[in-house]
Amino acid sequence: MVLKLEHVTKRFGDFTAVKDLSITIPEKEMFGFLGANGAGKTTTFRMILGLLDSSDGKITWNGQPINYSTSHLVGYLPEERGLYPKLKVSDQIVYLARLRGMPKSEALSELKIWLDRFKVPEYENKKVEELSKGNQQKIQFIAAVIHKPELLILDEPFSGLDPVNVEMLKEAVLSLKEKGTTIVFSSHQMHHVEEMCEHLCIMHKGTPIVHGALKEIKRAFGKKNLVIHADFPLDSLKAYPGVVKTKSTTEGIHLQIDGEYVAEKILKDIVNKGFIRKFELEEPSLNDIFIEKVGDTYE
Amino acid sequence: MNKFWIILFHTYLNKLKTKSFLVTTLLTVVITLGLTNMSSIIEVFDKGGDKEKVAVLDETGQLYEPLKEQISTLNKNLQLKEFDGTEKEAEKAVEEGEYVGIVELRYDAEQLPEATYKAMSVADSAIFTDLQSGLQQMKTMLAASKIKLTPEQLQQLYEPVSFEKIALEENAKTEEELNQARGLVYVLLFVIYFAVIMYASMIAMEVATEKSSRVMEILISSVSPIKQMFAKILGIGLLSLTQLTVLLSVGYFSIKRNLSSLEGGFFDSFGFGNISLSTISYAVIFFILGYFLYATLAAFLGSLVSRIEDVQQMITPMTLLVVAGFMIAMFGLGKPDSPFIVITSYIPFFTPMIMFLRVGMLNIPVWEAALAIAILVGTIIFLAVFGARVYRGGVLMYGKSNSFKDIKKALQLTKKE
Repeated sequence: MVLKLEHVTKRFGDFTAVKDLSITIPEKEMFGFLGANGAGKTTTFRMILGLLDSSDGKITWNGQPINYSTSHLVGYLPEERGLYPKLKVSDQIVYLARLRGMPKSEALSELKIWLDRFKVPEYENKKVEELSKGNQQKIQFIAAVIHKPELLILDEPFSGLDPVNVEMLKEAVLSLKEKGTTIVFSSHQMHHVEEMCEHLCIMHKGTPIVHGALKEIKRAFGKKNLVIHADFPLDSLKAYPGVVKTKSTTEGIHLQIDGEYVAEKILKDIVNKGFIRKFELEEPSLNDIFIEKVGDTYE
Repeated sequence: MNKFWIILFHTYLNKLKTKSFLVTTLLTVVITLGLTNMSSIIEVFDKGGDKEKVAVLDETGQLYEPLKEQISTLNKNLQLKEFDGTEKEAEKAVEEGEYVGIVELRYDAEQLPEATYKAMSVADSAIFTDLQSGLQQMKTMLAASKIKLTPEQLQQLYEPVSFEKIALEENAKTEEELNQARGLVYVLLFVIYFAVIMYASMIAMEVATEKSSRVMEILISSVSPIKQMFAKILGIGLLSLTQLTVLLSVGYFSIKRNLSSLEGGFFDSFGFGNISLSTISYAVIFFILGYFLYATLAAFLGSLVSRIEDVQQMITPMTLLVVAGFMIAMFGLGKPDSPFIVITSYIPFFTPMIMFLRVGMLNIPVWEAALAIAILVGTIIFLAVFGARVYRGGVLMYGKSNSFKDIKKALQLTKKE
């Protein structure tokens, strides 16, 4: 049960949307795709689903190519949300589930379970156009997972939801992962990926620039964040060797440094200058890594 | 169940249940019933109204009775009544609505009848015509008796010349058959024309709705776009057959019922009495092929737009093609053997209507019809293959532009490079 992308490239005429992407996603993993808009995430998903043919390279699920004969194993939540506005929720879900090979009766009972879980059992007989946008998203999520797929692809699953619903959806995603579903999801919100994924890939203009396990990526990044709050001026630290980036705050200073050794030196230098209220060495956030790799043009 | 059938029946049943479909069907059934029972309906209204009374001022004292007799055979609803009084009084009676008009009868210098008709308005020409022809007959008889013609001689004088049209070509249709065929072809042309326009745009709408509501991406990740497209075309096709079956059977039975009472009337000359089997089968073949041709075209045009509002704009060229075909067919009804009609009957977009017109009205060799059908089928297959590719790319395309350049873009999306 491994999803494998080998040297996948997609060109649209002269434009290269995805360039030489190689990823292996093991079973029961949660894999995160990060990237700015237009980085090639959706194109990659469409290739995985077989909606687009890759120009080069190979995509396999368990050694088999993914096509319409395997579509009952795959669930997909597209970035562009949408359901039939005039259809009842139950008709809609049953239709979509049947197209994924699930019998009607099973789809109906499964739908009830999901609606209860999202605390909206009364929506079963409502038309989609009567629901709020957030609730439509819940229904759409149900449509993606109702047939119990082995591979679940979620394109920006949390965008446009309020924090309560984000938590609800996160729980649902995590429980699917517990049950053994392999999940690939994209986001441009770093903290979601940081929280949920073991492995990730950062795409930039079609090229995978960072790829691997979250911990590895952080370790390999090397740079750390140092937060100092003190009673004396800290501006002199801005030119300190080994300091990459600085940001002054009202209480002190945030520094990005090349490694732990820089923090040690700084501490030795300032320890006698006055009272230090806070001296904290932090792991780099995914956000830092993303900005560093993709450039300051984003976020 | 196979996914193809799931989509087919989903499309069919969902459309069947929509209010607009039910209303349209009901409305057309009512219209069909109305048209096929037109004469009965007119009768009902006429019976309900009072007889129309015309006042007669007879200066001669001789013409009133024979005219009344004449008129009673011409129009039972027209009643003549001799008016006792002056012209002024009669005019007043008309103004008060007692009579629809006044006829003043008198002799001219030759002692032949002459008349003036007065009414509030002279818009109702039917009464005037009836009175005129009644008077004309009287005048003819009076004049004839003056020059001492016997009734036999008079009859001879008025007998129409015997003049018959005979086509020399073997198997050619006789004049009578041609008239019948014309009526039938006319009706079926209308059916094909409306059905193609209505159902093709229904398909384009359906595709565009799925695209604009963005449900399309889920659909195409479960079922191949090509399967989807054809399931949809067949689903709507089934819908059209359902609707047409309802309409045609209502129309057929309604006409059948009327035929017994209206032997030799309006419907007979329209050729419903004895529809030939081959014409009916050609009608079915050309209807189905025409539907597929335009449905395929509509499906891929519909896949190119992102918003429902743009559908009409996108399928306008297609609609114009249908209209052009219909216009040519209308022209062809009068001149089915002109070279222009022959040529256009082989152009696939016109074939369903124009070749049908030819096979319905003329006796053309079977190979000609077969050739046109072959070209048509070939075009449908080409359009289906080409359309399916455009559809596959088109449904993934979202953007503002809705031009035919998008076809190229859509094709590019499905390519590997």
